[in-house]
Amino acid sequence: MSGHDDYTHTGSVDMTDNSTRIDQEAIDQLTALVGKYPQKRSALLPMLHYVQAIDGRVSPRGIEVCAEILDITPAQVAGVATFYTMYKRRPAGKHHIGVCTTALCAVMGGDALLETVERKLGITTEQTTEDGMFSLEKVECNAACDFAPVMMVNWEFMDNMTPEKAEQLLDDLAEGREVHSTRGPQITSWADSEKVLAGINDGKADEGPSAGTPSLEGVRLAAEKGWTGTPDAESQKGGDS
Amino acid sequence: MTATLAPVLTRNWGTDRSWTLEEYKAQGGYEALSKAFAMKPEEVISEVKDSGLRGRGGAGFPTGMKWSFVPQDNPKPKYLVVNGDESEPGTCKDIPLLMASPHTLIEGVIISAYAINAHTAFIYVRGEVVHPIRRMQRAIEEAYEAGLLGKNILGSGFDLDVIVHAGAGAYICGEETALLNSLEGLRGQPRLRPPFPAVAGLYQSPTVVNNVESIASVPSIIKYGKDWFAGMGTEKSQGFTIYSLSGHVRRPGQYEAPFGITMRQLLTMAGGIRTGHELKFFTPGGSSTPILTADHLDTVMDFESLAGLGTMLGTKAMQVFDDTTSVIRTTLRWVEFYKHESCGKCTPCREGTWWLVQLLTKLEAGQGEEGDVDKLLNVADTITGKSFCPLVEGAVACVTSAVKYFREEFEIGYTTPAWEHLPYEKSALFTIADKEVRS
Repeated sequence: MSGHDDYTHTGSVDMTDNSTRIDQEAIDQLTALVGKYPQKRSALLPMLHYVQAIDGRVSPRGIEVCAEILDITPAQVAGVATFYTMYKRRPAGKHHIGVCTTALCAVMGGDALLETVERKLGITTEQTTEDGMFSLEKVECNAACDFAPVMMVNWEFMDNMTPEKAEQLLDDLAEGREVHSTRGPQITSWADSEKVLAGINDGKADEGPSAGTPSLEGVRLAAEKGWTGTPDAESQKGGDS
Repeated sequence: MTATLAPVLTRNWGTDRSWTLEEYKAQGGYEALSKAFAMKPEEVISEVKDSGLRGRGGAGFPTGMKWSFVPQDNPKPKYLVVNGDESEPGTCKDIPLLMASPHTLIEGVIISAYAINAHTAFIYVRGEVVHPIRRMQRAIEEAYEAGLLGKNILGSGFDLDVIVHAGAGAYICGEETALLNSLEGLRGQPRLRPPFPAVAGLYQSPTVVNNVESIASVPSIIKYGKDWFAGMGTEKSQGFTIYSLSGHVRRPGQYEAPFGITMRQLLTMAGGIRTGHELKFFTPGGSSTPILTADHLDTVMDFESLAGLGTMLGTKAMQVFDDTTSVIRTTLRWVEFYKHESCGKCTPCREGTWWLVQLLTKLEAGQGEEGDVDKLLNVADTITGKSFCPLVEGAVACVTSAVKYFREEFEIGYTTPAWEHLPYEKSALFTIADKEVRS
C-alpha cells in the first residue's frame, strides 16, 4: 500500500467503467447497514463489501451511493476503498482464489502452488480469467499456518494444499461441481462471501466442522496423557478425545 | 519440571457443534457471567488484575490494569473493542477460537464490558476469514435470542449491544489505533499516542482494545478464580496460553499450556522436526519477534525469559524451520510482507521496508555486493524507532536477528543464489517430504 509502482493492485478505482447493478433494493440494504453503528461512517467498510457483492468490484456508482448515504465526499470513500486490499478495483471472478506466499507457506510449498494455479488458469496474480470464472491473488498470512500451505477460495479455507489438490479444486469449481471448504461451508461465490462480510448472515454457520485437526492437536494429546486445564475437567482424566 | 498441557480455552474445540449456544451451555458456559453480575464492576476489574492476566495480542500489557485506566467520570460512552485482526505471520490461535467457540468470546465480552461500564462492544475480525465471521454472527444472534445480549441481560439491569465488524485486508489494523480508525470508516492508519484509547479511543471516547484470547480468558478467571489462574505459570507470566506451532514439525497445531513450558517441550509435543532433519531457526512469537535457533531450545516460553534473550513472546506463534530452509528467503518474504502492509504514513517505514526488500532480493539472487550485509543492518538501524507504530520494528527484527545468527549465509548471497545454496524444493512438504510425515 505504499504507493510504489510495483503494486499492480494499487492505483485508483476504474472510473471509466460505469456499469452498475446497484438498484433501489441495494441502496436500501446499504442504508440498513448504517443503522447498526453509533456513528454512521463506521458502516463504510461493510458498505464497500456490499458494493463489491453487487457490482463485482468497487464501482463508481457504488462510491457515489456510499458517499450520499454517509454524507461524505466520493473522494473520501475512494480514499478508503483504495487503502484496503480486499476491495477490488477491477471485476473479480465468480471465484476469487488466494494463495498464501508469506514466508512460512511459501517455504512449505506455497510458491509451487502459486505457479501451478497461474499455469492452470493462464493468468497471473491480480488478474481475472476471460470467462470471469476466476480471479487470483497472492495473499499475505491468513492465520492458518498450522494448515500450511494454505489456499483460500472466496475467503474460505482450503488447508494443507498440494499442486494435485489445487488442480482438482480448480477443475471442480470450473465444472460447477460441489466443493466444500476444508473447514467451512459449500463454496458458492466470492459475491456471496462479500455479503457475509457486509454483515448479512447467510445461515451457513452450521456447515463444516468445529475445528480442523491441527487446531485440536493439543487437546488430543492432553486427553491421551490425562492432562487437564480446568478444575471441573478432573473427571475427564484419562478419557478419550 | 514436567511440562503438561492445560486445555481451558481449547477444551471444547473438538466437541460436536461446539459453536452453538446449546453445546456451550452444556459444558458450563455462561456460568461465569452470572457470577460476574453478582460482583461489582470494580470487583471484576480487581479479580482480573489480581489474576495476572496479560494481553495475548503481542505486547503482554496487564489486562486488568488497562481496564482500570478507563476514566469512569468521563461522561462519554465507553466502548470495548475486541481485536480479532489476527494477521501477524505465524499467528493462528484466534481464528480457530472464533470458529469453534464463539460463545467463549461473547461471554468474555459481556463480563469485560460490564467491568468497564461499556454498553456497546465491537468484535473486529480480519475480513479474509468468512467462516469464523459467520459463526460469530450466528452466536451473537443466539445470544440476543437467549437474553444474553440486549437490554437488562439476565435481569442484571446491564445493557449491551455487540457488533461483529469485518475488516477489509490490512495487517496494520491489528495495531489498536489503526483498528479504531478503521472502525470509524477511515483508512487504517495509526494515531499518535497519547492520548491512549483508554482516554480518547473510538469516537474520541474511552475505549478498551483487547485481543480475542485475552477477552476469551476472562470467563475462566471469573469462574474458577484469580488464585486458580495465578497458580499456573511463572512468577510474572501467570496463567495459561495458547502456543501455535507451525512449519517443519510433525504435528503443527495449537497447544494450550501454562507459561513455563520450554520450546524443547513444546517441540516434543508437536512430534519434533520432520524425519531426517534438524531445527534451524524459529520465531518465538510471530515474525515480528527476533528469531532464535537450536541453541535456545531450553528457553522458558514466557514474557521475561524471551525478553532476556532480546526477543519477545509476542503472539506465541512459533514458526519452525528445518535445515533445508534458506534464511535469506524467509527474511525476504517477511520483509516483503511488512513492505506490502506498511500503511504509508511514516517515511522510515514506507521507504525503509522498500530498501530492505531491494537489498535482500539481490542477496537472494546471489547478486549481493561486498558490504551489502552491513548496508542491510545500516538501513535497519536507520529506520527503527522512528514511526507512529511498531510495524517497521517487526521488519527490522527479522533482518537483524537473522544476520546475527546466520551472517555467513547472507554473505554467500554475494556469490551464490539462495536457491542453489539451499534448493527450495527440499523445504516443501509435497516434493521431497514424504507423505507419512503429515499422515
